[in-house]
Amino acid sequence: MAWFKKSQKSESKEKSELWNICPSCKAHVYKEEWIAGLKVCPKCNYHDRLNYQERLDLILDNGTFKEINSEISTNDPINFVDAKGSYAEKAKAAKKKTGMNEAVVTGCGNINDIPVVVAVMDFRFMGGSLGSGTGEKILLAAEYALRNKRPYIIFSASGGARMHEGIISLMQMAKTCAAIARLNKAGVPYISVLTHPTTGGVSASFATIGDINISEPGALIGFAGRRVIEETIKQKLPKDFQTAEYLLEHGFLDKIVARKDMKEFFTQFLPYAMKTPKRRR
Amino acid sequence: MDLDFEAPLLEVEERINELEKLGKGSDIKFRSEITELKRKAKSISKKIYKNLTPWQTVQVARHKDRPLINNYIKNICSNFIELHGDRCYGDDQGIIGGFATIGNRQVMLIGHQKGNSVEENLKCNFGMANPEGYRKALRLMRLAERYKLPIVSLIDTPGAYPGLEAEERGQAEAIARNLAEMSQIATPIIIVITGEGGSGGAIGIGVGDAIIMLENAVYSVISPEGCASILWRDGAKAPLAAENLKITSDELLKLKVIDEIIPEPAGGAHRERDETMIAVKQTLVKYIDRLKRTSTSKLVNKRYEKFAALGRFGKKKR
Repeated sequence: MAWFKKSQKSESKEKSELWNICPSCKAHVYKEEWIAGLKVCPKCNYHDRLNYQERLDLILDNGTFKEINSEISTNDPINFVDAKGSYAEKAKAAKKKTGMNEAVVTGCGNINDIPVVVAVMDFRFMGGSLGSGTGEKILLAAEYALRNKRPYIIFSASGGARMHEGIISLMQMAKTCAAIARLNKAGVPYISVLTHPTTGGVSASFATIGDINISEPGALIGFAGRRVIEETIKQKLPKDFQTAEYLLEHGFLDKIVARKDMKEFFTQFLPYAMKTPKRRR
Repeated sequence: MDLDFEAPLLEVEERINELEKLGKGSDIKFRSEITELKRKAKSISKKIYKNLTPWQTVQVARHKDRPLINNYIKNICSNFIELHGDRCYGDDQGIIGGFATIGNRQVMLIGHQKGNSVEENLKCNFGMANPEGYRKALRLMRLAERYKLPIVSLIDTPGAYPGLEAEERGQAEAIARNLAEMSQIATPIIIVITGEGGSGGAIGIGVGDAIIMLENAVYSVISPEGCASILWRDGAKAPLAAENLKITSDELLKLKVIDEIIPEPAGGAHRERDETMIAVKQTLVKYIDRLKRTSTSKLVNKRYEKFAALGRFGKKKR
């Protein structure tokens, strides 16, 4: 039977090379169409996750991105081991899988000729979790933006704090927020783009305190997990709970911007932010 | 809630109680036996408490007789004036605060409130604050900055409340806002983790110039039970998670997350409440006086550098 199984497998593999199945509505969409549509489902408008490279390509002028602090990598401050093995091994595997050193890429580039500093989180790297390397890169990029008086944009995509780093990961919440507070004080614009998903310790730190907070349609944004809340309050949650639309309605987002319009949005918005004189706190 | 690892100690303590009751009126009768038992109790408690596992420390940190914020207010503060409300939505009793005088020093005191009875537990939601709690704390801290009062923040919470309405009203934003604002508030901030330092709910009022911890308090990014159920797929592995997460005061001092440990009397803070609270008071007074000597601009810069350095392991020049 081995040969049969094998041929069936390769057939389905062939199929998955041609088609993409929408994670939300399960519609089959030609891969080419899926990519050309910026990984947005043409049937249900589901905005699938982008990796950091796709995000940079989408938002920055071609060839303008210059990465900073790329050498900063994961640390294992508490020598953590869980049921599946060591964090060190897990981090190694994540690096191999993604070609990244950490869950965020930072650098500078232009949006329609407007120079900006960006940090782009990548969910593929341990769920975009906030570890010490992640926090350090986000802080250093903020300091870079401060020195160069450039707007700072963070695209978050994260399950929250990286518990494998214990208390040090919790400290990254305070650390990154302190960096944002310095930008606020100096009048350097900080824009938070909360992409799918942005939850836990990342939602409870830099991601929700932008001068403006924007998101993409349908993105999951929340502090506590759905299951935890349901277990706590012993009731089912509404279907749209913790979606970008829900947050907009409750006053925590300024705008939901479709992926295809994101760059244009920044092109229109940034000139308002750039002239900001030194603000008083 | 008895701690099972305290069993030998509880046994001796029970015997002492019995003898004291029996000997009432005729002091001499059991005196020597009681003295001997007390000595024994002390040596047993020393032995037990010297060798607590991280998971046992979690149990101690959560003990119902451990001094809570209202006990500290009553015992080490005078002229406490509680302030209520966040001016946006309501008054959360999971975090309380107000003006207080500690050893002749005026401060703004804030902290989680767990409650001493079931009725109180419910009123303050076991110290699991809603966004209003964090926003009230921020309002009070801003006031302290304006009145040039040092801020004392006592941390003791299982975590921020994970509820539907908490999400609706922006639990994440409330915590994040505090983290950013506390990093810039131009007055000394002293944090004491007195019991449970539960994740975002703890650090939401936990950014400061001095981070101090009672010996048997814990401070963690996630509860051992939560971590065990996610990473071990088994909540019963909490003792192992507690060990691996490094959440005890000695570990956190090594990691430079805290600046000082306040030793607890043998047998824990729940056994020697007054002694514990006096130790906290003395440490607070020391830090209030010390931090007052630094200019606020220098203080704020040092606070920034303190947190920026956490999790910086390379030697990268900025």
